[in-house]
Amino acid sequence: MGLEEQLPAGFALTTIEDLAGYMRKSSLWPATFGLACCAIEMMAAGAGRYDLARFGMEVFRASPRQADLMIVAGRVSQKMAPVVRQIYDQMPDPKWVIAMGACASSGGMFNNYAIVQGVDHVVPVDIYLPGCPPRPEMLIDAILKLHEQISNTKLGVNREAIIREVEATALASKPTFQIQGLLKS
Amino acid sequence: MTQQHRATGAFGVKGTGDTSGFGGLVRKIAHPGSTERPYGGYFDEVADELERSYPEFGEDIERVIIDRGELTLHVKAARLVYVAQVLRDNPGLRFEICLGVNGAHYPDDKGRELHCVYPLLSMTFNRRIRLEVSVPDAHPHLPSLVELWAGNNWHERETFDMFGIIFDGHPGLTRILMPDDWIGHPQRKDYPLGGIPVEYKGATIPPPSERRSYR
Amino acid sequence: MTTHDPYASSRETTEGRVYSVTGNDWDSLVIEIGATKEERIVVNMGPQHPSTHGVLRLILELEGETVTEARAGIGYLHTGIEKNAEYRTWTQGVTFVTRMDYLAPIFNETAYCLGVEKLLGVTNEIPERATVIRVMMMEFNRISSHMVALGTGALELGALSPMIFAFREREKVLDIFEMISGLRMNMAYVRPGGVSQDLPEGGIAKIRETIKELRHNFKDNAKLLIGNTIWMKRTQGVGYLDLAGCTTLGITGPILRATGMPWDLRKSEPYCGYENYDFDVITDDGCDTYGRFLIKMDELEQSLRIIEQACDKLDKLDGAPVVIADKNIGSPADLRVGADGLGNSEEHIAHIMGQSMEALIHHFKISTEGFRVPAGQVYSTVESPRGEIGAHLISDGGTHPYRVHFRDPSFNNLQSLAAMCEGSMIADVVAAVASIDPVMGGVDR
Repeated sequence: MGLEEQLPAGFALTTIEDLAGYMRKSSLWPATFGLACCAIEMMAAGAGRYDLARFGMEVFRASPRQADLMIVAGRVSQKMAPVVRQIYDQMPDPKWVIAMGACASSGGMFNNYAIVQGVDHVVPVDIYLPGCPPRPEMLIDAILKLHEQISNTKLGVNREAIIREVEATALASKPTFQIQGLLKS
Repeated sequence: MTQQHRATGAFGVKGTGDTSGFGGLVRKIAHPGSTERPYGGYFDEVADELERSYPEFGEDIERVIIDRGELTLHVKAARLVYVAQVLRDNPGLRFEICLGVNGAHYPDDKGRELHCVYPLLSMTFNRRIRLEVSVPDAHPHLPSLVELWAGNNWHERETFDMFGIIFDGHPGLTRILMPDDWIGHPQRKDYPLGGIPVEYKGATIPPPSERRSYR
Repeated sequence: MTTHDPYASSRETTEGRVYSVTGNDWDSLVIEIGATKEERIVVNMGPQHPSTHGVLRLILELEGETVTEARAGIGYLHTGIEKNAEYRTWTQGVTFVTRMDYLAPIFNETAYCLGVEKLLGVTNEIPERATVIRVMMMEFNRISSHMVALGTGALELGALSPMIFAFREREKVLDIFEMISGLRMNMAYVRPGGVSQDLPEGGIAKIRETIKELRHNFKDNAKLLIGNTIWMKRTQGVGYLDLAGCTTLGITGPILRATGMPWDLRKSEPYCGYENYDFDVITDDGCDTYGRFLIKMDELEQSLRIIEQACDKLDKLDGAPVVIADKNIGSPADLRVGADGLGNSEEHIAHIMGQSMEALIHHFKISTEGFRVPAGQVYSTVESPRGEIGAHLISDGGTHPYRVHFRDPSFNNLQSLAAMCEGSMIADVVAAVASIDPVMGGVDR
């Protein structure tokens, strides 16, 4: 029986959301999913200088069943895509995915037959981290942004409301290549 | 006897509304041709030793090319195993290490489209040479050299995977880099790069194979 | 075996009978299999697995704890780099090629650039300062790659501290890379014609300081592991591969040198002026994992020696060019980060816009078209930390390569897995793979 099955309503829900968010972000356990060059920077982020242990994350769990964060670090080839999905499916809820690096976010510099153009074709991604490879500090920044996202997650009825809102905004917005005007907007 | 190709167009793609006229450019490409004796350096010793130990040398070696300080022996596909064995076992040659198999696809070279290149290294004499064989697209079969150099196992699988060259006698010729049920041989020239157009704010950029670029 | 258990069942497949076990029923499984006299168990390690050095799939057939057959499944990182390079210019190819063996990017780049320069015929016109910088970067890269190999190898065998020490030293080397080239990994620093930019002010001083620190700190790992009974018990006699096995499998690098054969391309076929440096080729007689580990530790010291000699040479060559003089091939290597945060070369812009029409034409041609390389093929090799990396380049006379193929050392070295592991225990498979030190980016390209 997980938390989501036993949610109260009203202000008690908000308190539970804060508490659950705080607990979940404080010891996020990543699954070892290093594929290519970004994996080395991920290992460097876990090593002495850019310490991930201060966030409670230095235990990279070998088994996806014990992990709640999958950092897809590296290029996902056609042969590897079903394996990514299988590992993602094996992770228990709640789970999050960081697409680390340009290749995981969008296929990167390898726009060809062999690379899946973005791991979001295979698994839902929470944070996209650009870079080739991103520095360990960039990875830590992405992880901290994810922590913020996690501590602000809504649960229960609030979550359904937010999902409806986000979906409506996304459907109403313009596709990227039709956006005119200032590049920053 | 030199390999001749033609490259048409200064830009990689056709039909782009290019009015410069450079799209109609035709460029003749001449690959380096056969070299006459004396070859220079240790190449002469290698050639002498080959002729001495191997009486049919003249018929089985189609071409000898010395280019940029490297020796390439073009061998007839049917005699590849024999020549390779002589190169490996003869005490004056002793090319113990084969550094892999590389394929190349020349669609303009009719009848000899698929080339396979074997760089060889002799640690005993500190020499390097290269063997090259050509097979036609219609019948892309080559004898396997796994019996001579076990390290060629995966290299031949990769060349099969990428070019479609079938190595007869290979213990397990299956795809190695692409998924097992992939269709097509990616590194052939008639296989597309397979990229997708990329969306940016305000524009889409075509993949590198479809962009105008100087060739 | 007459009760039907829905969780511990067996079914017929094309491979034979497959048994599913969920726990608490192991003995019933053993009884059932015992009845059929078939005892093979196939275990699949990977492609996602902490001990397999990247996305390597190990398929092991076990009889108890002994491995009877070991096969490696690769291709999970195939990126199509070689095909992609055919659609880019020769200089842009460097950025693709550098991501093959991602622990040793400078070696990939150097093999490629030496090949391009051989095809162009300008090997003797590369300035000496560029060659010395290339040697120095290569040796630093050798140190950083060996640090990852030692650290992850130790981690897989259960030793956690060497990993932290090794990565600590690696960070110092990555600082040097960042100072010189701007990036920690995948630098695209070595380009056809020379290198992309010169060392910054105070660079040599920082390098000398780092050498001192590294030399002092390499002892930490050495003290932890060399002579350590547990380490020796786990690595001695494990992963045995003798000289005959190495030659038939085409294996080079530390695995070959662990058999006693002193084959190092830097000594036997010197490139980039290696004949002018004083260093030793480290060998060992053990043919096992422990020998390869000792070789890697000693090669660190030899690399430091070479870097010191390179620094001395660089001091004498202060102010020399780092890119080939022929403007048709080399772009000027003098970018500076300006006040707006962008990299530009003010002198170069002033020169091409105000002073020289030819310079403007060269800049335009190199930036849009790239240089043309005469037709032919070449195979250039370099001694990378894992063995011989060879770039086989075929040109058709154009601005784009016709075929780029890399003979990556890990591709051959990984084929020795079966020879090393069959007959040993599962734990030894992990030690053997760690000693082969495969980098899957190079294996799959």
